[in-house]
Amino acid sequence: MTLLADVRVRRGALDLVVDLAVASGTVTAVVGPNGAGKSTLLAAVAGHLALDAGRIALDGTDLDAPPDVFVPPEDRRLGLVPQDHLLFPHLSALDNVAFAPRARGVPAREARARAAALLERVGVGAVADLRPRALSGGQAQRVALARALAADPAALLLDEPLSALDARTRIEVRRDLRRHLVGFAGPTLLVTHDPVDAFALADHVVVLEGGRVTQAGPLAEVTARPRSRHVADLVGTNLLPGTAAGTTIRTDGGLEVVVAEPLHGPVLATIPPTAVALHRHAPEGSPRNRWSGTVADVDRLGDRVRVRLAPPVGLVAEITPAAAAELGLREGDPVWASVKATEVTAYPR
Amino acid sequence: MRRAPRRPAVALLVVAVAAVAFFALPLLGLLQQARWSTLVDDLTSPGARDALRLSLVVSLGATALALGLGTPLAWVLARAAVPARSLLRSLVLLPMVVPPVVGGTALLAALGPESPVGGWLDDAFGVVLPGTTTAAVLAAAFVAMPFYVITVEGALRGVDRRLEQVAASLGAGRATVLRRVTLPIVGPSLVSGAVLAWARALGEFGATVTFAGNVEGQTRTLPLAVSLRLQEDQGSGIALSLVLVAVSVVVLAALRDRWLRTP
Repeated sequence: MTLLADVRVRRGALDLVVDLAVASGTVTAVVGPNGAGKSTLLAAVAGHLALDAGRIALDGTDLDAPPDVFVPPEDRRLGLVPQDHLLFPHLSALDNVAFAPRARGVPAREARARAAALLERVGVGAVADLRPRALSGGQAQRVALARALAADPAALLLDEPLSALDARTRIEVRRDLRRHLVGFAGPTLLVTHDPVDAFALADHVVVLEGGRVTQAGPLAEVTARPRSRHVADLVGTNLLPGTAAGTTIRTDGGLEVVVAEPLHGPVLATIPPTAVALHRHAPEGSPRNRWSGTVADVDRLGDRVRVRLAPPVGLVAEITPAAAAELGLREGDPVWASVKATEVTAYPR
Repeated sequence: MRRAPRRPAVALLVVAVAAVAFFALPLLGLLQQARWSTLVDDLTSPGARDALRLSLVVSLGATALALGLGTPLAWVLARAAVPARSLLRSLVLLPMVVPPVVGGTALLAALGPESPVGGWLDDAFGVVLPGTTTAAVLAAAFVAMPFYVITVEGALRGVDRRLEQVAASLGAGRATVLRRVTLPIVGPSLVSGAVLAWARALGEFGATVTFAGNVEGQTRTLPLAVSLRLQEDQGSGIALSLVLVAVSVVVLAALRDRWLRTP
């Protein structure tokens, strides 16, 4: 089972050309700045917007293949989790989730029983009788996920599912969402602007800018080797999964990272490449994190130089061309990297 | 620290009190002049009962007409890609600003026995509208429907279209989306639009008297009866007026959430 989207749509100033495939049981994140065409892409796949040219197919069945085929949204069997949850304001959480089975003709009692079970599964069984207005952001987002799953969809479409949440709720919902996406058998297309969301939830990433795909591939590869300045700004961060014990994180890559605030258990740490300083000799001073390694490669991207260190350090540092020239770094050179503990952000995962 | 002079506020307050008095005095006058001892007799006399019954029939008939014709019209104005939409809307709203007498005259010119349509109705079905309750319903609907249409159109515009898209992606066809999402969301506005139209139809005088005439038992609704009685027996005219005031107060109370809430 695969979701194929070869999308060509012109809409106002946007000229969208995207070709992507999402395999069953995998999650592809579409990342890009506002106006890049992310929402338009999702609208086209959902069937709220007809293609000008191209083809959208699910499991080999055409959903949109101009000029011959256009399956209306209600017959596409896609589970849409829209931005800002968009729950029906006049229905209780339970009836929101029961909406899809009811629309497909399931008797009310059975639909509501199924909805109650789904609400329980996403952890908000207690709010079944509340209207959306009375729900917190995190609860509403979970109800929206349950509503999409209730449609028994062949594929899931998630539009910025975490963007409306505050930082703490975001971490919880992200963790739960990850669990549900792992359990989902079909392909999932996720639109997000946050590389941390993409890393936590997705296997592949597609970077969209101005209606064009500027880079696509396995997530770790794209974040480690962005091909353009823009992609680097969007997703080019150091993502380090690991396990925390107090203020020390041991990453899965075998690195010890000191953070400012204590944490416990599995975490995801991020270090912006601009926060990584490079030195020829062992540095002294305030940074708590100091590692010695070797240079894997050096890339010039626009007005910056990206220096990748070989594993186990495996970090990317962004420095100015002047600094790079002064250090004179080449592949295989020994080098020290330092990062202040306060520059490391860590989330439980 | 010196405080800013408060005098302009005081002057405003005085004028505002005068304005309140301007609204309150006529009501007080009505209550003061009411002949309470004969009130029950005045309201249960055959003429009064006829007028009450007719008012109920005509206002409810006009409201039903407004709902049946006005809901699709509001939907078209809010959603459909119609040419010259603002012109169309002006046409729909015209009865709100045109003097009702002029509206009645226009109805007479279009549907009266002298008109082509009226002549055809007479020839084909033997129907002459003026003087009938049907004409009174048409006259009331003519002036009342715009209130319903603008209320519902505004509500339909306010519905987040993305909710309907989500509903569609959850497997709901167009009819289901309308029935289970759009209409329930605009439901309160359908009700308040209908109540507004009904209140306007209940008070309708000018268009009715001009187009339908003032025929006892056929077109003589409460407002027509009030105006007639004031010339003969002021007490019973006031009694009927009190009925209309009471109805208006109830309508206002019913719509308080919508119209009386301070933003």
